[in-house]
Amino acid sequence: MTTLDLVMALVVAGLFAAGFYLLLDRSLMRVLLGVIVLGHAANLLLLLTGGPPGVPPVLGATEGGERYADPLPQAMALTAIVITFGITTLLLALVHRAWQLDGHDEVRDDVEDRRIGTIQDRAESGPPLPTDRDQEPGGRQER
Amino acid sequence: MTAWLLVAPMLLPVLAAGVSFTLSGSRVAQQVLGVTVLTLVLVDSVVLLVLAEREGPRAATMGGWPAPLGITLLADRLSALLLTVSVAVALAVLVFSIGQGFADSGRSSPVAFHPAYLLLTGGIGLAYLAGDLFNLFVAFEMMLTSSYVLITLGAGADRIRAGMTYTITSLASSLLFLTSIALCYAAVGTVNLADLSQRMDSVPGGMVAALSVLLLLVFGIKAAVVPLHFWLPDSYPTAPAPITAVFAALLTKVGVYAMVRTQTLLFPRDETWTLLAVAAIVTLLVGVLGAVAQDDINRLLSFVLVSHIGFMLFGLALFDVQGLTGTVLYTVHHIAVQAGLFLVAGIVVRLAGTASLTRLARAAPPPPVVAGLFLVPALSLAGVPPTSGFVAKFVLLQAGGEHGGAVPVLVAAALVTSLLTLYAMARLWRAVFSAGPERPPPSRYPGNVLILGAAAGIVLTGVGIAVGAGEIGRISERAAHDLLERDGYREAVLGEEAE
Repeated sequence: MTTLDLVMALVVAGLFAAGFYLLLDRSLMRVLLGVIVLGHAANLLLLLTGGPPGVPPVLGATEGGERYADPLPQAMALTAIVITFGITTLLLALVHRAWQLDGHDEVRDDVEDRRIGTIQDRAESGPPLPTDRDQEPGGRQER
Repeated sequence: MTAWLLVAPMLLPVLAAGVSFTLSGSRVAQQVLGVTVLTLVLVDSVVLLVLAEREGPRAATMGGWPAPLGITLLADRLSALLLTVSVAVALAVLVFSIGQGFADSGRSSPVAFHPAYLLLTGGIGLAYLAGDLFNLFVAFEMMLTSSYVLITLGAGADRIRAGMTYTITSLASSLLFLTSIALCYAAVGTVNLADLSQRMDSVPGGMVAALSVLLLLVFGIKAAVVPLHFWLPDSYPTAPAPITAVFAALLTKVGVYAMVRTQTLLFPRDETWTLLAVAAIVTLLVGVLGAVAQDDINRLLSFVLVSHIGFMLFGLALFDVQGLTGTVLYTVHHIAVQAGLFLVAGIVVRLAGTASLTRLARAAPPPPVVAGLFLVPALSLAGVPPTSGFVAKFVLLQAGGEHGGAVPVLVAAALVTSLLTLYAMARLWRAVFSAGPERPPPSRYPGNVLILGAAAGIVLTGVGIAVGAGEIGRISERAAHDLLERDGYREAVLGEEAE
């Protein structure tokens, strides 16, 4: 079983925390940054499972008795980095498109959520709900 | 030879996707290529199914590296069966989308549609066949990245909003998956599933439980298990009908498959798993109650989809042969049925120009042929005999009946869910298909031959599952045996080294 040293464990934990914090933001650009930081956290953790930093990654490449790092996590981390990179690019394009369409990059309110909210507002403020089903509740979007 | 058979479901679509980009000048060439390749993959997966059924699990190692180090692909009864049904549905949906044109607007599809669709099926193929955790991750990424492209293709503001939720949620779960792979590797020093299942015994119990729950969480997000389902009803309904159909039918099922595979192989149990049983109950009830409350036809079907994931968890939670048989049968049946429903919903929305049930109730009803195409999968979903849904539910309930503890609650929840599903389907039927004095006469034109043919093909697949329920049930049962007796899997991958 591999154990991380304390500094690296703290770095990974910090990256995870920062990533998830950014992911919860309303601004899409920060969400994107959050994804990037989270990606780093996961890739770093994967890399660290191969052994301590600074030792050669090939079996038998060092003189007898010295430790070596497992090359497999490095290969996997490389693949994962490429994947994270590709998805970051796609997300960046999406954020740009959202900004083009809306003029801002805030995450918009959920349509269904707003509909339910409107129904509740009406129920609380005096006049009874329209019983006639012809009247669509406000804020409804037709596709 | 076996190696080629195993590689083909992933390699053929990926190569074809590349070729498809170069053919972007000609829509027809892209369409012909897509259909041809998926047909070839379908033939290949049928061959794999027959081989797996006759000779047990077939494994292949890539590049001649032996199992724990190299990349392993493996087809056993479970993966070959799911692969066959998935590819068949993917092929039918592709034909449907060719008939419909893209995005319900009659415009022809954007250049990227066919390559992305082929990559999606390639990813699904690899996910079923992957023999190690990291390849499973790569397969998920292939599949999800093409699905991000498909869901936001030619996007307006609405679809960007929905696509963002979908992308960010899936991405978060992918990164969690990567983290759990890293933790697995740190704990046991391998990612090969067969090797992992051997070495997991030497890991302390707390660590095993943590890894098990972490993987459950990761695949729970992908499979839309309540309370991790929130992204699904928001993102699926905005996409065009064929895309929603293929996502609903296949992507969540790949999550369920990955869950079944990893939990049975790596974390075997002797008794019912209470945590998963509770998740199944909540998923069943919350999903179907959500469906009853909806006014939008696609949202309604999305909530039904979430609800019925609970049936698949039901069998896995029991952790015995009969329960797993039920899970396999239910997954196979649900792939065909849910795709059929979304395609018919697509036809209905296209004819009436609205997805709101309130408005559909006053529009001209669709022609009877569409109603017929809706009726069969709807009844099957509710589990009315003699449909495929009935067979699958019967096996599940029978399996549940033999247990005590929390399981009777699970059985009750499943029955209530079936009834409420029937109610939701009846409500949909009444709004969409019933004739009324204030409604205009039924419209005549239901779409072209390809659309109807593809929808009918999927519906007939569902009927075929009901007709062949005996045979498919037997395969499922043997697949469930294989899942619990892990030696066959280990021997196929590790050869003589298996203990």
